Amino acid sequence: MTETTTFVEAINADLAGAMRGDERVIVLGEDVAEGGPYLATQGLAEEFGVERVLNTPISEGAVCGVAIGAAQAGLRPIVEIMFIDFITLALDQLVNQAAKAHFMSGGQLSVPLVLRTQGGSGGRAGAQHSQSLEAWVTHIPGLKVVMPSNAADAGGLLTSAIADPDPVVFVENKSLYYRREPAREAPRPEPLALGRACRRRHGDDVTIVALSRMVGEALTAADRLATEGIEADVIDPRTLVPLDLDPIADSVRRTGRAVVAHEAVRCGGFGAELAAQLQEAAFDYLDAPIQRVGAPFMPVALSPSLEDAYRPDSDDVYAAARAALRWADEAEPIPIAADGQR
Amino acid sequence: MARGRRATTSGRSLERDDARRLLATMWRIRCFEERVAALHRSLQVHGLIHLSIGSEGVAAAVCGQLRSDDAVYSGHRAHGHALAKGAPMDRVMAELMGRADGLCRGLGGSMHLVDRSIAFMGATGVVGGNLPLAAGDALASRRQGSDRVTVVFFGDGAVQAGHFNETVNLASLWELPLIFVCENNGFAEFTPRSAHTKVQSVCDVVAPYGFERQTVQGSDAGAVWSAFGDYLDRARADGRGPFLLECLTHRRRGHYEGDQQGYRDALADAEWGQLDPIARLGALAVEQGWLDDEVVATLEREARAEVAAAVEYGRRSPPLEPSRAAELVYAR
Repeated sequence: MTETTTFVEAINADLAGAMRGDERVIVLGEDVAEGGPYLATQGLAEEFGVERVLNTPISEGAVCGVAIGAAQAGLRPIVEIMFIDFITLALDQLVNQAAKAHFMSGGQLSVPLVLRTQGGSGGRAGAQHSQSLEAWVTHIPGLKVVMPSNAADAGGLLTSAIADPDPVVFVENKSLYYRREPAREAPRPEPLALGRACRRRHGDDVTIVALSRMVGEALTAADRLATEGIEADVIDPRTLVPLDLDPIADSVRRTGRAVVAHEAVRCGGFGAELAAQLQEAAFDYLDAPIQRVGAPFMPVALSPSLEDAYRPDSDDVYAAARAALRWADEAEPIPIAADGQR
Repeated sequence: MARGRRATTSGRSLERDDARRLLATMWRIRCFEERVAALHRSLQVHGLIHLSIGSEGVAAAVCGQLRSDDAVYSGHRAHGHALAKGAPMDRVMAELMGRADGLCRGLGGSMHLVDRSIAFMGATGVVGGNLPLAAGDALASRRQGSDRVTVVFFGDGAVQAGHFNETVNLASLWELPLIFVCENNGFAEFTPRSAHTKVQSVCDVVAPYGFERQTVQGSDAGAVWSAFGDYLDRARADGRGPFLLECLTHRRRGHYEGDQQGYRDALADAEWGQLDPIARLGALAVEQGWLDDEVVATLEREARAEVAAAVEYGRRSPPLEPSRAAELVYAR
């Protein structure tokens, strides 16, 4: 029988492994010593003690700042912000302190901090517990941003994030937490380097760049496209900052068509940045406008049927790929009438 | 405290050598900042410049008792704290001038001074933003089994920021070896404290947490010395805190250089004489027979010479190459 694991178990195992391997690693956040609402930190306080697994008051700003100060003093703190929606309360510390400390000090300080948080809709939790706000932090030089799409990657990426000398925002997706998938052999996975994209499926007809939960949706959409004779290349960037653009741009040069897909609101989302970088890198190769998949420009609603309609899924990715494919391989000359009118 | 009385509120009191060191530090800060004001007017130092003239006694009496591994976090009015902690004046001046030989290679400036080698962990331009960082530093020193103590300087304006209460709560909950040093100059930027809060004293704000706190006259360097020294000894001895020392100071200059200060009346020279920490300690030292007038005058002369050399050092240094600056966004 093959061992299975889940995203949240992979995170938990990696946190425990990191704490076993390095005395400097501490975990802090609301309810972390109790395991947290998603059990990501379950058992850590029992194994490592509450001196290293610190429950904190509901003070996201100060807790993030404490983690930064501890990192600057030589610890390797992993701070948990329970919902990414609450990162708003910690943004001053993250943006004005953590992101700039190395630069503003002329390289004297470094902030080896991991801020773990989770986002995404689907929890029937309303508009203040369901957002995808990763684009905000990708806009800040000095921060690194990781968004794993599966359990197998999550552990390896977390290992690298903890070892990284810079502040890393590690964005999990609550919908991925409890899906079963085959486990890795090793108790603690090999580190997966930050800034390495991963091809999830090979195809020559259209490139789909998908983030986090949308990787699975993109693969579902790709299966459907395949039944219609269209082969999609599905790429998971895994880290948004640093972004591994080359394999994505190479793919787009090959397929001539691109879809970028994320769960965040489309307007101002990271897909806009991806589309901009891709058109700079591969403009001459594009046969169609780059299509974007994301949530509509509105907060998520509580009502389950409204939330399901709001949430981007494989149908949206399929439709976007189809839209990209509507443009012909070779641009047809636009017929112009004798009087110059089209 | 009446003039001439020795500061004896605790086990630590000011003596001849301490007084000389404090006066020397205060003169270094005063002369440095007076020169910075002039250089700012002639556009040779850049950015938003906040001077601490009038509160040099706090910087000198606090930092003068710290070990080099005791961490200090400061706010936007940070020159005095950096110099008193031991940052080299020439590199601080070069930093304010935006030069490659500056403390932070010209990338930080007045509000972002850092000298990691002496645990001057950083000034910050966001009021109150330094407070949780200092708590994190204190948490780290406990975890590392060190007996070093963390000090965070802030103004009374920061007390109304959310970070203040969040940090005070955490520091008291975890009993961190952290000393809060508030320089209460009565103004949050342009506005008097009374217009921002009903709570008159900063000590009163933290009263419910029950940790030790006191208010002293910041212009009396001896009073700051003994009160802070007592807290420092205790935080060091058992690795527990926190403590709050509220120092009432007079901000001689505006909020920043260029501030027209239409919101307050000019101070009479006689009043300033009472509030000037250098004049007060100088008079005390002479009266006690610790120093004579000539020694006091020499300290000022030496400070001015050091400042002149620092300005020359800064002027000789080029700005950093843009490509070098871009390489410093990430540690890796």
